Amino acid sequence: MPFITPDFAPALAEMTLLGALCVVLIADLFVSDERRVITFWISIAALAVTLIAILAAQPLSREITFSGSFVNDSLSTVLKFAAALCLGVVFIYSRDYLMRNGLRKGEFYLLSLFGLLGIFVMISANSMLTIYLGMEMLSLSLYSLVAFDRDSSSCAEAAMKYFVLGAIASGAFLYGVSLIYGVTGTIQFDVLTTRVAEAGSDDVALWFGLAFVLVGIAFKFGAVPFHMWLPDVYQGARTPVTIYLGSLTKLASFALATRILVEGLPALYEQWHQMLLVMAVLSLIFGNIVAIAQTNIKRMLAYSTIFHVGFILLGFFAGNAEGYQASLFYTLTYTFTALGAFGTVALLSRAGFEAENLEDFRGLNARSPWFAAMMACFMLSLAGIPPWVGFWAKLHVIAAVLDAGRFAGDTAVIFFSVAVIMVLFSVVGAFYYLRVLKYMYFDEAVDRHTLEAPADMRVALSLNGLAVIGVGLAPGGLFALCAQVIG
Amino acid sequence: MKRVLTLLVVSLLASGVALAQTGADAGFWAGLPDPLRLTILTTAQVVGVTVVLILCVAYMTLAERKIIGYIQNRIGPNRVGFKGLLQPFADVFKLLFKEVVVPTNSSRFLFIIAPLLSIIPTFAPWTVMPISDSFVLADIDAGLLYVLALTSMGVYGVILAGWATNSKYALLGAMRSAAQIVAYEIAMGFALVGVLMAAGSLNLGDIILAQQGGVLNWFWLWLAPLFVIYFISGVAETNRAPFDVAEGESEIVAGFHVEYSGVAFAVFFLAEYANMILIAALTAIFFLGGWLSPFEGLLGADSFLGQPSFFWFALKTSFFLFCFLWFRATFPRYRYDQIMRLGWKVFIPITIVWIAVEGVFVWNKVGPWSHLATAGS
Amino acid sequence: MFLNLLFYTFGAVLVGAALGVVFSRNPVHAIMFLVLAFFNSAVLWLLLEAEFLAIALVLVYVGAVMVLFLFVVMMLDVNVEQVREGFARYMPVGLLVAFIMVVELGQVIWVRSWGISTLTTAPPLPEDYSNTKALGKVLYTEHVYAFELASVILLLAIVAAITLTMRKRPNLKQQDIAAQVAVRREDRVRLVSMPAEKKE
Repeated sequence: MPFITPDFAPALAEMTLLGALCVVLIADLFVSDERRVITFWISIAALAVTLIAILAAQPLSREITFSGSFVNDSLSTVLKFAAALCLGVVFIYSRDYLMRNGLRKGEFYLLSLFGLLGIFVMISANSMLTIYLGMEMLSLSLYSLVAFDRDSSSCAEAAMKYFVLGAIASGAFLYGVSLIYGVTGTIQFDVLTTRVAEAGSDDVALWFGLAFVLVGIAFKFGAVPFHMWLPDVYQGARTPVTIYLGSLTKLASFALATRILVEGLPALYEQWHQMLLVMAVLSLIFGNIVAIAQTNIKRMLAYSTIFHVGFILLGFFAGNAEGYQASLFYTLTYTFTALGAFGTVALLSRAGFEAENLEDFRGLNARSPWFAAMMACFMLSLAGIPPWVGFWAKLHVIAAVLDAGRFAGDTAVIFFSVAVIMVLFSVVGAFYYLRVLKYMYFDEAVDRHTLEAPADMRVALSLNGLAVIGVGLAPGGLFALCAQVIG
Repeated sequence: MKRVLTLLVVSLLASGVALAQTGADAGFWAGLPDPLRLTILTTAQVVGVTVVLILCVAYMTLAERKIIGYIQNRIGPNRVGFKGLLQPFADVFKLLFKEVVVPTNSSRFLFIIAPLLSIIPTFAPWTVMPISDSFVLADIDAGLLYVLALTSMGVYGVILAGWATNSKYALLGAMRSAAQIVAYEIAMGFALVGVLMAAGSLNLGDIILAQQGGVLNWFWLWLAPLFVIYFISGVAETNRAPFDVAEGESEIVAGFHVEYSGVAFAVFFLAEYANMILIAALTAIFFLGGWLSPFEGLLGADSFLGQPSFFWFALKTSFFLFCFLWFRATFPRYRYDQIMRLGWKVFIPITIVWIAVEGVFVWNKVGPWSHLATAGS
Repeated sequence: MFLNLLFYTFGAVLVGAALGVVFSRNPVHAIMFLVLAFFNSAVLWLLLEAEFLAIALVLVYVGAVMVLFLFVVMMLDVNVEQVREGFARYMPVGLLVAFIMVVELGQVIWVRSWGISTLTTAPPLPEDYSNTKALGKVLYTEHVYAFELASVILLLAIVAAITLTMRKRPNLKQQDIAAQVAVRREDRVRLVSMPAEKKE
């Protein structure tokens, strides 16, 4: 078979990011610890260039290159843009924290950029091999980021747990991929779709493969029962890393699920939607109930993540275009809301003091009404109270599930009961989010330090909060974008 | 007594020869089934190569003592046999008849198996070694990789010996050796990448053929940095002076084999020298054209000196073996951190740079291997 | 026939070695069993005519990875007794989980596998077919993207490893090689002329 040199243009964003990353790698060598902020600015510049490259590589139609292992479509443009933007915000939130806590290593930015590259690869993957490599790239950078603070035993513990469980999940994923390859003889998603459709969906080996692949996806999302690592890692890692983990990785997981389940294995919908149903409902129930009992805010947000993951998965469960659109909408809005919530935790921390307990939020209103209001925005949005954006996200998913239920025939009752569970547990979830509000507005402040944060962080956090309410007031634009991206 | 022994050996040899002759005459050999004949032939070849190799090792030890003796203005061993020529046998018999002492609290099984693990990887690569232009035991495609894989296993013997002995000196020696071998193996591997880029093949015979056309076409010139690095890494890989910190008599007594005696020690000894011969032979093959003649094209193809032959291969190998001894007599031992620095921070970067340079050569069809660039499309 | 015999022999040794890894009390022995297992799987690949992969397996795993493993295990001096503590307590749970999994897998595979056809052996390859060349060709053309990604992952691994292990500890003594090399005789040696002492 003659080989045709691939078209490199669609991968412009990846290549730009890799190039920029190498610049950061080299430049950081010549920067002393005191002037590490230079690395920060170079990294921000790298992200800016990458954002431009993403827009420049925006495709008119779906482009597939590199012998079918790379895809560039409007979905990938949106997700990549969101991811790069989000990482920029993560950097802004983290810089001051890192400087104050003596974590003046340029590798934080470097490893994060590597992780972003991994996310890009996952977003643009068109074959199992590519998506796996992207997943490993992201995971490897996350493992080392979690263990970043060498002197903290909780970081080491979290990294170890994450690493061991992550390795098992990767193994399971690969095993599933090998089974699917064994049955269909391909790892390329578009070919896979046709092969599975031809072969029919009642091949046991295929189901086996699917189950193992789903384990991998569920682990990356942190869905019950593969959620064990999530609270420990969120709590154990230093706050900047938690911001990264809590926001960006959801975009990657969404890409993982979309590419594999929706684009690769739509013919197996009957099989995977049942598996997703179990995991999603368990996540809703378990995440919510355990979150109530938490006193540590990072841990509480970790459990609430599990709850939100349930919603994202239920969008896939619905199995129609509306469901996928709702999932995308949910993922995007959740990413930026969580970004703000974790960012506020970083804002409250000082040198040698980690504001990670709920009590640390006491009387925040008295100390800084503006940031208390921002935090309130994030919490209300996460709780799904109108008009904040989280409400619309939840509404769309529930609507999609109900809509799918109308065409489901005998199983319609399942769809309706799932919708009821979603509503019920959203109400339960509101309890622990509103508790944060209670601490902030109705309790006396114990800690009377003024908040110290550089101007860029204050501006970014404010914009983040305003975006959460702004998009909530006018969700139409973002939703139209989602609808346009997933046709 | 002596006379009886001599008689016995001579009569055995004579009967063997006679048997072979009658067998051939009677068509006994031709009458054997094909697979059996192949098996016997191969086994005979393998045994032949091994025996020659062991004899080489034996005389290598004598050569070492003689050469270093002369370098240091001494005479060296000259008592056993004519001019000391039987000295190696005396040494071997002495070691064979000594007791193997296994220390208490050592891991007995690993203690015994460690010498074997170090000797196997030194003999096994000879299966793919093109000894002369017409003789190689197994002509396999991935010969170079095979050699690399086997030489990388030599470290097991050292590590296990060090650990199983349950002595701190031995363990220290094993740790040093393991770190050192791992470090130099990378440089060695990269140097070989250069060789296979130039030769366009992993087959050792093809690598030699790619160097045809006289001394200037041998790889030592075009890959000079890789050549130097490969040989120095080879010296480090065999734990020879000046990289012999694993033994380090003056610091850790005898390193990993401090508790070994008798046959077990002899096997380690054998492995070390066999390894030297292996590295010397490989360097000759990769960079000095193996069995190619240096007078190729200068002298007529019908003269002995102008033809490729085993003689050239042996000569080149001997030269490198002499270098081993020369180094030992000349250089003081490296400090451990210096060894590590040399391996990681000097050799590896140089090899990588030279591979890039070579890539440019290949791309622009510069150098004797320019025919390669046309092969790919 | 002969190939089958070889396959079953090496397969059996492989399984035995794998069991040895799990059941060895001594971690060093377990690692040696693992080395044996790698060897045997390499041989199985050889039987499939995948000689490049087989040799690469030996080169990478036996030659490099396991050496580092051994290195670490020897340095750590794992206390086996401590690791095995609580073994008896957790065993029933472990057995139960294992039992359930075996039953489930068996149920799915056994009951429904009647219709699955068995694999046939691959057709023999032509005489001049070189596994190494074929691999090289697809690696640098068809799978170039994955190949480049793998190299980026390796770069990331290097960066991550260095980040996690290299830190400047306060009281660490280091050699400055450049300074050592640049030393002149005058810096180190001081010639002192002393008058000869007289014997009293």
